Amino acid sequence: MVVYAIKRVASAFVTLFAVATLTFFLMYLVPGGPFLAEKAPSPQTLKALEQKYGLDQPIMVQYGNYMKRLLMGDLGTSLKMRGQEINGIIFTRFPVSARLGAMAVLVAVCVGIPLGSVAALNRGKLPDNSIMFVATLGIAVPGFVVATVLMYTFGVKLHILPTYGLTSPLHYILPVSALAFYPTAYISRLMRSSMLDVLGQDYMRTARAKGISQFKTLFKHALRNAVLPVVTYLGPMLAYILTGSFVVEKIFTIPGLGSQFISSITDRDYPLIMGTTIFLAFLLITMNVIVDIAYKIIDPRIKLK
Amino acid sequence: MSKTLLDIKNLRLSFFTPAGEVKALNDVSIKMDEGDVLGIVGESGSGKSVTAYAVMGLTAHPGKIVGGSIEFNGHRIHEKTEKEMRKIRGNEVSIIFQDPMTSLNPVYTIGNQICEVLLLHTQLNRQQAYARAAELLTLVGINEPEKRLKQYPHELSGGMRQRVMIAIALACEPKLLIADEPTTALDVTIQAQIMELMIDLKKKLNMSIIMITHDLGIVASMCSKIVVMYGGKVVETGTVEEIFYNPKHEYTKGLLKSIPKLDADKHEKLVPIEGTPVDMLNPPAGCPFAPRCGKCMKICLKKMPEFMNISDTHTSACWLNWKEEAENLKGGNSND
Amino acid sequence: MENRKNAISFHLDVSDFLPAEESEKQSMVVMRESTSFWKDGFRRLKKNKLAMISLFVIIVIFIMAFIVPSFYPYTYEQQIRGSENLGILEYSAQEKARMEDGESVFPHLLGTDSLGRDTMTRLLMGSRISLLVGIIASAIILVIGSTYGAIAGYFGGKVDMIMMRLVDVIYTVPDILIIILLSVTLKYPLKDLAAKVPGFQWIDTVGVGLISIFVVFSLLYWVGMSRIVRSQILTLKEQDYVVAAKALGAGSGRIIRKHLLTNSIGTLIVTTTLQIPASIFTESFLSFLGLGVSAPMPSLGSMASQAIGGISSYPVRLLAPAVMISLIILSFNLLGDGLRDAFDPKLKN
Repeated sequence: MVVYAIKRVASAFVTLFAVATLTFFLMYLVPGGPFLAEKAPSPQTLKALEQKYGLDQPIMVQYGNYMKRLLMGDLGTSLKMRGQEINGIIFTRFPVSARLGAMAVLVAVCVGIPLGSVAALNRGKLPDNSIMFVATLGIAVPGFVVATVLMYTFGVKLHILPTYGLTSPLHYILPVSALAFYPTAYISRLMRSSMLDVLGQDYMRTARAKGISQFKTLFKHALRNAVLPVVTYLGPMLAYILTGSFVVEKIFTIPGLGSQFISSITDRDYPLIMGTTIFLAFLLITMNVIVDIAYKIIDPRIKLK
Repeated sequence: MSKTLLDIKNLRLSFFTPAGEVKALNDVSIKMDEGDVLGIVGESGSGKSVTAYAVMGLTAHPGKIVGGSIEFNGHRIHEKTEKEMRKIRGNEVSIIFQDPMTSLNPVYTIGNQICEVLLLHTQLNRQQAYARAAELLTLVGINEPEKRLKQYPHELSGGMRQRVMIAIALACEPKLLIADEPTTALDVTIQAQIMELMIDLKKKLNMSIIMITHDLGIVASMCSKIVVMYGGKVVETGTVEEIFYNPKHEYTKGLLKSIPKLDADKHEKLVPIEGTPVDMLNPPAGCPFAPRCGKCMKICLKKMPEFMNISDTHTSACWLNWKEEAENLKGGNSND
Repeated sequence: MENRKNAISFHLDVSDFLPAEESEKQSMVVMRESTSFWKDGFRRLKKNKLAMISLFVIIVIFIMAFIVPSFYPYTYEQQIRGSENLGILEYSAQEKARMEDGESVFPHLLGTDSLGRDTMTRLLMGSRISLLVGIIASAIILVIGSTYGAIAGYFGGKVDMIMMRLVDVIYTVPDILIIILLSVTLKYPLKDLAAKVPGFQWIDTVGVGLISIFVVFSLLYWVGMSRIVRSQILTLKEQDYVVAAKALGAGSGRIIRKHLLTNSIGTLIVTTTLQIPASIFTESFLSFLGLGVSAPMPSLGSMASQAIGGISSYPVRLLAPAVMISLIILSFNLLGDGLRDAFDPKLKN
């Protein structure tokens, strides 16, 4: 168990290293460095800026400095936001996105699992068909479509829910729903097929043969087994929530890390783009490691390598 | 005078599938006394498992009993509600299944799964149940019971898992144990061990057992009475001696002939039963075995054979038996 | 004929006790007719109404996206002065004047945008982009992924291990982030390439955004396909007919091509069909963020993004691309599901 955990963390570091390196060299591709992308400053200003940001050094030295700073947790300074520390920017905006994301995860799990189970238990009948219809829509329709349609229906046409910012609890309803739509649909479908699989297993028959009630067989014997594949989905779900937040925050004008990331792209604020990318990559990779280790703990069947 | 434990009368059971009504059981009658070890023999699809599940009220959806009756230990099973059946299952009658690898829930410990049935049907508290579970494991021949109780199914071998299944089945001291091909999925050597265990337990606990199998060897070593099924019908019943030494139905005869013998001549071919099993969606009007029977007569294809009593304990449903009987009488008469 | 122990319940006919003919016995035996794998699969697919409807919808959309624009009176970048911000089937003052002069002016079926461009034309062009991206990207993924997976699966051992290690690393890299990064940064070298090296001018027309998408797909997205193909190959490798082929002296390449890949075709078709909507999904997501095709070429994602501002006054500009992209993705998904149910019966519950 411990060996697996160590291995997993080590490989996570490798990936993170790869991502950081890739990010650095991609940024380097931008000709003339980050400054010449828009209006070209005067040669003296350019020289001064380059010196300040250490951009006049040979590339490997720059790379070395960059990696050194990263290891110390320093993501650098923003170009366009008047020298603000990137770490500061990230840590102000991240909690907003985190709250939104956590709520979306909660909704997806608490709604998806029961829905999928109900569908499986009523296979072929109305509850199953209707739930699966909505779920299929949910995984096919892109996030920005869901968000904009929700905004239009409830915000503009019916005018019952707010669509701008996060100032009251009511403000959370639309963005969280938009963000949770896809994962909920995915989990419903996953849960349904997993549950159907479990219901056909021999040990379910054994449970009934013991005289256990339908209800108890479902909750004790079936659910525990059926939920396992859903746990493996947690990792990809987090990745989706992360990227989905870009769209949702942009549409509902939420001051989170996602919308910040999008504006930094439009503004060509390269250090900020880089810093945010690395932070998000770090977040994702860490979450995946945690989920992988947790899954091994939960399922006693897995032969630990 | 043995008491009748199980009395199945003219049972008819069908599965109502999208493709149509699959007539799985077509007028099945089986009687069993306390202390019997009854073997139900037949190939896949003959209806032997379906019959056993019906006794326990475990008929899978979309199956339904469409006629006949099942009486077990004073209960009229075919009339019971699900709630009433739950009290009987695992308690007065229990079952062990074919594949021990998949019959145990992989995410709960052995102890948990044995205690479950004890806590459900007895007044024992958790501690007492756990102790009893350890006793049961010893009873079925598993050593280090304390250690085993804490283990998960995947940590045990196939043979051990089947022993655990037996322990669960015996936990509440049922009157009847149904064993649905309990050794088919196991190695031959383990098979022998499990069989020995069951014979031993039967003697110790004086249980009645229904042994469902397609293996005549098992039947010979364990059973006192045999029921032969084919195509959803009982074709012959009798004691072990009667069936093995004086089989009257062509199917039974075919089964016995097809057993490979160790002392057979090296070049002797195996004798299979030709043909394919019955289509249960459209079962034939006549004897279900007719298309595969070497001695099939015209009447066999037209009318269902009626049962003939060959002795008090031996019955067979074959037109050939009737023909033979008639010829004997004629021969006897002409001698008068 | 009676017997004290037994009695038959009906009257017998002696002739019935004669042996039965073989033909009489045969008539009792029911055998199902056998069909080939493909016939069987297609038969199942045709029964699936949802999949058939989806196929029909896809064909219609294809026609609309590729054929109709050639006959349409408007083009996607054509800005008509005076016709800005028209609603559905609305005519501008100038257009009304022209109609009074006797000229027939084709109606703006979905109105126009703020620059006077006909929304319907742009919708059709955007669909074309989405479909092209979906198909080309999936084709790239199919080729790279299946080749990689087949080689890894077939040769096994060390080769397999190293190849799959690489796949694992690529798998853990957060793809969306890298796509965004690549889309932002590849613009410049690509633009340089277009400007300096002859023969690369098409880069400008197609748009660097689009090319970045394809580059990224080729680099990252084939890993899923390679895993699927590899596991298929591993299963098939053990089949007897492969051993037989080897015994007859067939070389590795031939075995992979003739035996292994052909038997995997079912899985390949299904996976590719399901990959198309995933690729379209990603493209529309990127366009929405402003990273896809460059203006004035429309993409369903960028059209939706631009329409948010005017959502209260001109909802059509948002709803049209939204509905269209959903329809495309949904149809491909349902078709893929149908194909899987039809050709991979083991997966059917």
